[in-house]
Amino acid sequence: MEPGEIHALLGENGAGKSTLMNVLYGLYQPDEGEILVDGKPLKLKGPSDAIAAGIGMVHQHFMLVPVFTVAENVMLGAEQVKGGFTGFLDRRRARREVAEVSERYNLRVDPDAVIEDLPVGIQQRVEIVKALTRDVDLLILDEPTAVLTPQETEELLTVMRSLKEAGKSIVFITHKLGEVKAIADRITVIRRGKTVGTAEPSASRDELAALMVGRSVRLTVDKKPAQPGKPILEVAGLVVDDDRQVRAVDGIDLTVHAGEVLGIAGVQGNGQTELIEAIMGLRPVLAGSVTLDGQAVHGWSTKKVLRAGVGYVPEDRSVDGLVKEFSVAENLVLDIYDQPPFGKGLSLKPDAIAKSAKERVEQFDIRTSSADAAVGTLSGGNQQKVIVARELSRPLKLFIAAQPTRGVDVGSIEFIHSRVIRERDIGTAVMVVSSELDEVIGLADRIAVMYRGRIIGVVGPDTPREEIGLLMAGITPDTATTTADGPGNEDEA
Amino acid sequence: MSTTAVPEVAVTAVDEGFWTRARKTGAVLLALGVLATVLFGALATGQQARFTLSETEGGAALEINGTVGAILFGIIAAAAGAALLAGVPKRWFTLVLGVGLVAFVLSFLCWQVSAAPEGRNFMPLVNVIRGTFILALPLIFGALAGVLCERSGVVNVAIEGQLLMGAFSGALFGSISGSVWVGLVAAAIGGALISLLLAVFAIRYLVDQVVMGIVLNLLAVGVTGFLYERLMQTDATKYNSAPRFSNWEIPLLKDIPLLGPALFRGNIFLYVGLLLVLVIHIALFRTRWGLRTRSVGEHPTAADTLGVKVLRLRYRNVLMAGLVAGVGGASYTLALYSFTKNMIGGKGFIALAALIFGRWSPTGALLAALFFGFADQLATYLGAIGSSIPSQFLAMLPYLATILAVAGLVGKVRAPAADGKPYIKG
Repeated sequence: MEPGEIHALLGENGAGKSTLMNVLYGLYQPDEGEILVDGKPLKLKGPSDAIAAGIGMVHQHFMLVPVFTVAENVMLGAEQVKGGFTGFLDRRRARREVAEVSERYNLRVDPDAVIEDLPVGIQQRVEIVKALTRDVDLLILDEPTAVLTPQETEELLTVMRSLKEAGKSIVFITHKLGEVKAIADRITVIRRGKTVGTAEPSASRDELAALMVGRSVRLTVDKKPAQPGKPILEVAGLVVDDDRQVRAVDGIDLTVHAGEVLGIAGVQGNGQTELIEAIMGLRPVLAGSVTLDGQAVHGWSTKKVLRAGVGYVPEDRSVDGLVKEFSVAENLVLDIYDQPPFGKGLSLKPDAIAKSAKERVEQFDIRTSSADAAVGTLSGGNQQKVIVARELSRPLKLFIAAQPTRGVDVGSIEFIHSRVIRERDIGTAVMVVSSELDEVIGLADRIAVMYRGRIIGVVGPDTPREEIGLLMAGITPDTATTTADGPGNEDEA
Repeated sequence: MSTTAVPEVAVTAVDEGFWTRARKTGAVLLALGVLATVLFGALATGQQARFTLSETEGGAALEINGTVGAILFGIIAAAAGAALLAGVPKRWFTLVLGVGLVAFVLSFLCWQVSAAPEGRNFMPLVNVIRGTFILALPLIFGALAGVLCERSGVVNVAIEGQLLMGAFSGALFGSISGSVWVGLVAAAIGGALISLLLAVFAIRYLVDQVVMGIVLNLLAVGVTGFLYERLMQTDATKYNSAPRFSNWEIPLLKDIPLLGPALFRGNIFLYVGLLLVLVIHIALFRTRWGLRTRSVGEHPTAADTLGVKVLRLRYRNVLMAGLVAGVGGASYTLALYSFTKNMIGGKGFIALAALIFGRWSPTGALLAALFFGFADQLATYLGAIGSSIPSQFLAMLPYLATILAVAGLVGKVRAPAADGKPYIKG
């Protein structure tokens, strides 16, 4: 690393980027090898050593205490105290420090705001302020753009440029090619824990992608034009609260037709989760209606909704999708274990369950040592395939997939995408919710963008990314204040 | 490049519909008020209900005709309920609710005192206040032990055991040495021993903290019960006759009317308890230790990335909690009674309720403890004046109050986010 350099670390999920950086930050200990700073080897026993050596890190999942103020979060671990011995906090000084740093780098952070009230973009800036007040020379940003809208991403890139001008070095970890090309001075590509190459930002997207995954990947999904039929799912005026009784879905109307994929795009936390859970009967519907193939289903139990012909891939597979300690075979019949041929009366039919499991494992290419292995021992991609296999084994009218490929390897992504499209082609109505815009664009025939509990716009899949990005930030074409040279230009390659 | 102005939309307030929490509370209070007016008013006699400002019947007193008082305070309670039901500004909620509840209790007392037999139809406020604090004292210490533990993310169900062990060690070592101070130190160490076990198993071996707490309570009951039978019962003069702290009168403060005799002529434990509430409250919210403790209880990973030693801090806080609870246990054996088997009798669990009721804050826990102490004291008082309410019901009062408090009155409380979750690095 050179001073004042932005170095991008590019690699797939699970390639070892975050682990490497956690070692650099002292959170993990290296098994062998050493770290050199200014030519001298450095032994990091913990994060405080890293901070002392001038290394700061912004983690993928923010390391902020939600109920603390910005100033409290910034001073934690390096508190200024009045009169040493008593340890009374010098809050005024902490506030001033936050104000100074945020002014100097144009970060616009209010020291007295409480973290949980702030949008993620601002929270991220708090993390940066936290590192800067500790006088770091090297800042590690771990997947900083994963939770941001395209506009917030653009602002972050601006911040990174100004940090670079101030002589700070930045390690920028990501798997998004566009951002890398827009900002990096040098690129290192990592695959399966090894450096597989370095590249200049001028390298083309395809070259970088090939380096990253080790083979050429289809970045798009092959599919024929949709043949939409009659409306299957109709949602009208739906109102739903989240767990904290805050309105999460605020009057949504949408329709999904047989034989089409409706994609729901949006930054996470804009009501997508609650919308899906309300449709599935997992969350009370406060107002409005949900109609499945002409029949009102709101107020139904989840079991009844499933039996009515709905397949559901929940967004968090380990919490809602699978029983980790159960075997693959058992997980495959979680929805219909009490129905023939798998169960009758009070007893299960293990033979039938085993036989069907064997078939599914083959059909869906689930890589497991055996159908009796606990599902928790499988890789993320194969766990997800178990869920998809289970849900697609019933005759469906509607298939809802929330974040179907989160934390899933590239091979499994391709497989799951192809199954989604195949389901569409046999006439099922499909709804895909994803925070990965590329996934939504690739799969959907129509895209509905959610913002603050409402559908802010419905667009076609060939709509420019910038336009969808603006919608995700809550800016509709008629309220937009931006001009044609607007953000999103990093994705032109 | 251009930066886009993203409009910062304020988070829209939740529309809870008509039946907000304030309104529901108001409806219940209104019903209570009407009940008080009608029932207590009808049952009260025309005698004067006297609330004396001393320990005896004589001296200055607040007096009111029983029937008039019961009806008047009943109406006030109902009015407060009606106000909440009609909708008052949010910042007045606590005040109006407080007025309403106090009025309800007063209405009840007007009935009880006026209906008491001649010669006993008065309420000595000094005794009631003093009794409230004395009964609340173990709860205060216990709840503070809970605050220290749980703010750093370790659930402390073992308060009962810590109090009991403190009471036992205080009695035993106080008796052997003949010194209250040795007894006090031994009590603190006794409480800390239970804490140490909790800390090691919860932090080092990741045992479920609630289960561990319950096991430790049983262990404390068993160990102290065994030693009580083997040692203390065989030779009570040698092993169970600890010296007691005498009462310390605080100059000037002891002469305040009503509060002086009630609070400032007490023993060291009362002063230490109240002082600890203040000290821990300030320390928790204004010092480096407090900030780190709270961060570890909320988001230990974040604290770790900033160089805070999560496990060390948890060990330290859990041990401190044991010291505090141990001293609380000694407030029995080094001031009031000699040790008896299982003498804490569930107070540790009420302390846990006070901790929750007080929203994990030291001052909140103090108020909650006083509330429970008052309920307890009231039961004692009503028994003494020969109340028409069966004594079994009176004995239930504090527990009933606990259930109401923990279930309904507190509303939604938020525990420290990482409370009860072991921290595993990486």
